Amino acid sequence: MQVGLTHFLIVSALLFCLGLYAVLTRRNAVAILMGIELMLNAANVNLIAFNKFTAPGALNGQVFALVVITLAACEAGVGLALVMAAYRNLETIHVDEINVMKW
Amino acid sequence: MGELAAFIILSVITLASAVVVVTSGNIVRSALSLVPTFLGITGLYILLQAEFVAGIQVLIYAGAITVLILFVIMLTEGGTGLRTRQVNEQVPLGMLAAAVLALILIAVFSGTEWPKASGSLPQYTAAPIGEAFLTSAVLIFEITSLVLLVSLMGAIIIARRER
Repeated sequence: MQVGLTHFLIVSALLFCLGLYAVLTRRNAVAILMGIELMLNAANVNLIAFNKFTAPGALNGQVFALVVITLAACEAGVGLALVMAAYRNLETIHVDEINVMKW
Repeated sequence: MGELAAFIILSVITLASAVVVVTSGNIVRSALSLVPTFLGITGLYILLQAEFVAGIQVLIYAGAITVLILFVIMLTEGGTGLRTRQVNEQVPLGMLAAAVLALILIAVFSGTEWPKASGSLPQYTAAPIGEAFLTSAVLIFEITSLVLLVSLMGAIIIARRER
């Protein structure tokens, strides 16, 4: 049996759903960011798999995946800075306890 | 045959450690389980002949982002988080939503006939990727560098201690 496009798509769909579950159920803001990283990785697997199997002449999928990785690093940096700021002001990083709009 | 075996092993590593990431009550264990997840995805990239992206994935995800997450866990309360509840009251709903989405996606993916393209990827992808970034994708490249600068300044200003 040959490994085809569908196999990679199914693995990335499962990874995306695991990330979605983390985002929906976790209380800790850092764990929610981990779930977002899993979802971004699933999207990257999709981009690279489509690049190989449906458009191997152009490398646009890999270029996009590199841009997504860069923006994921930005997102992690800013997101974790927000977590630090919230912890300093409210002394909690549990998102269901952060319920004030003005301190 | 070898390709199929490698694919199955890498997928099992990726998905099993991703399950640990999303279900573990110990937040440090979750963060450290991100490393095998990202390395399994790196293996999938190598199977897809994207060696350059695989190298960047190891450097940025497995190296930088995991260390950043561990630092923030250590700088905030609770340490491992074992003494506090880690999940909210949406666990059954979240499980249902994720399972339904997974079933829909798998049904759609296995039912669709994807277009088959002829041709093959270049043998070494790093040089064509660099060329694309400086010719056809140069606008994306420049705007990404701008976003990097903005997020660098934003992260410093947000995390700075106010006097």
